Amino acid sequence: MYSVRRWSVRHARGLEVFYQGFERVFVALHPLWKAIGYERLEKPVAVVEQAVKGFLFDCQMCGQCALSSTGMSCSMNCPKTLRNGPCGGVRADGHCEVKPEMRCVWVEAYAGSQRMVAGKEAIKVVQFAVDGRLKGKSSWLKVAREKNA
Amino acid sequence: MKFDDEPVPGYPLPILPGHTSPGRLERVLRSGAFAITAELEPPDSANPEDVYRRARVFDGYVDAINATDGSGANCHMSSLAVCALLTRVGYAPVMQISCRDKNRIAIQGDILGGAAMGVCNMLCLSGDGVQTGDHPQAKPVFDLDCMSLLEIGRGMRDEHRFQSGRKVTFAPRVFLGAAANPFVQPFDWRAQRLAKKVAAGAQFIQTQYCYDIPRLRTYMKQVEDLGLLDKVFILVGVGPMRSAKVAEWMRTNVPGVHIPDSVIKRMAGAEKPAAEGRKICTEIMQEVKEIKGVAGVHIMAYRQEDAVPEMVQNSGILQGRVPWFPGRDGPDAELHYTPAPALPAVPQAA
Repeated sequence: MYSVRRWSVRHARGLEVFYQGFERVFVALHPLWKAIGYERLEKPVAVVEQAVKGFLFDCQMCGQCALSSTGMSCSMNCPKTLRNGPCGGVRADGHCEVKPEMRCVWVEAYAGSQRMVAGKEAIKVVQFAVDGRLKGKSSWLKVAREKNA
Repeated sequence: MKFDDEPVPGYPLPILPGHTSPGRLERVLRSGAFAITAELEPPDSANPEDVYRRARVFDGYVDAINATDGSGANCHMSSLAVCALLTRVGYAPVMQISCRDKNRIAIQGDILGGAAMGVCNMLCLSGDGVQTGDHPQAKPVFDLDCMSLLEIGRGMRDEHRFQSGRKVTFAPRVFLGAAANPFVQPFDWRAQRLAKKVAAGAQFIQTQYCYDIPRLRTYMKQVEDLGLLDKVFILVGVGPMRSAKVAEWMRTNVPGVHIPDSVIKRMAGAEKPAAEGRKICTEIMQEVKEIKGVAGVHIMAYRQEDAVPEMVQNSGILQGRVPWFPGRDGPDAELHYTPAPALPAVPQAA
């Protein structure tokens, strides 16, 4: 929801702290996830992740979440799905070129990143092209798998 | 400016040490000259003469010609084809690549194909949204964004590999560019975003239309503070307005175009608005030339391309230099072609 999405950006700092704690616990539970099987967990976890992040960020389930690097503004809501910052078409009022009723997700992202600690630097790092195969998959499981690899 | 190793039209220049392309634009910029590029309006036709006629207008006044890739999301002759026609007779085109219409498979194929046909400059763009153009019902692709496109282009050139990691047997030797718009929100972040583009591989920048010199100065100062001035050549976008009405329409309807009220007022008060528009453009070219870090101008004289020679002439920014054009050095220009030097060995993956 648009208003909730904007609330999340305003509370980017709190969400950053919360997610860092959540990620630590989730990654630490790797033995459990492994015992159940990552493959078997994929579907139920993705459903929960979509529900939570869908509510908070209008998450599009790209499967390679970059919210910590985008000021808690989901860049997949950009009509051009830009992953690295605003295009040159931002309107004078800070709204989107394609959807004039929506604020530019990258104007929001920049504002959110300035409230964050790690996020303030993370937004400066170049994000690589989206991997289309991960769409619909859980980012949380991906992080847990990769950090334990 | 005449290079002493000037090749016959259509043949590449030798690549000098520290250069990445056999192109004229990189040569001019790295020599320290104030470069001029101009945008060619691609024809809505399949007639090559339409391309050559539009290119000839710029003869002797521009160093490279931009071939737009469906700019404004409107359908025209493709940028790759316009470039192929231009390189046949020796022009130095800047091939614009937009992420809007093609996925990474098609784009990487175009980078190889363009380079094979002698395209030395490629401008990596995200692209306008389809809603602005004549086919709003089209599917927007945006598989890549300008940043990942730059990284992929650089990977193909420097590491001789596709994004997949598969080897490219002869790398595209290109000078990579990107766009920048210092004139829209979020202002504080625009220079930082440029830093990101440079980190991703941008070697030159062509900006959106500049009508706001103070804003550009602030931006250039930020760019300097980030230590980017010796890493990237910045060409400032300029263009003449036809009337106050057109200017007003542009700033309302063309995404990303910022025109201050003072400029509109000046246009509205002019007796001959079109001439005033060209005068404003000429003055802006002179002013930006004096700003530290500005390496050239990029002229987008949409539907007023004929006015480019006059504006360049009046501005004096070429300082007597005559950019190359077919026939500049006479029909018997000496043949200086040397085969391309051997490529460095492919770096081994760690």
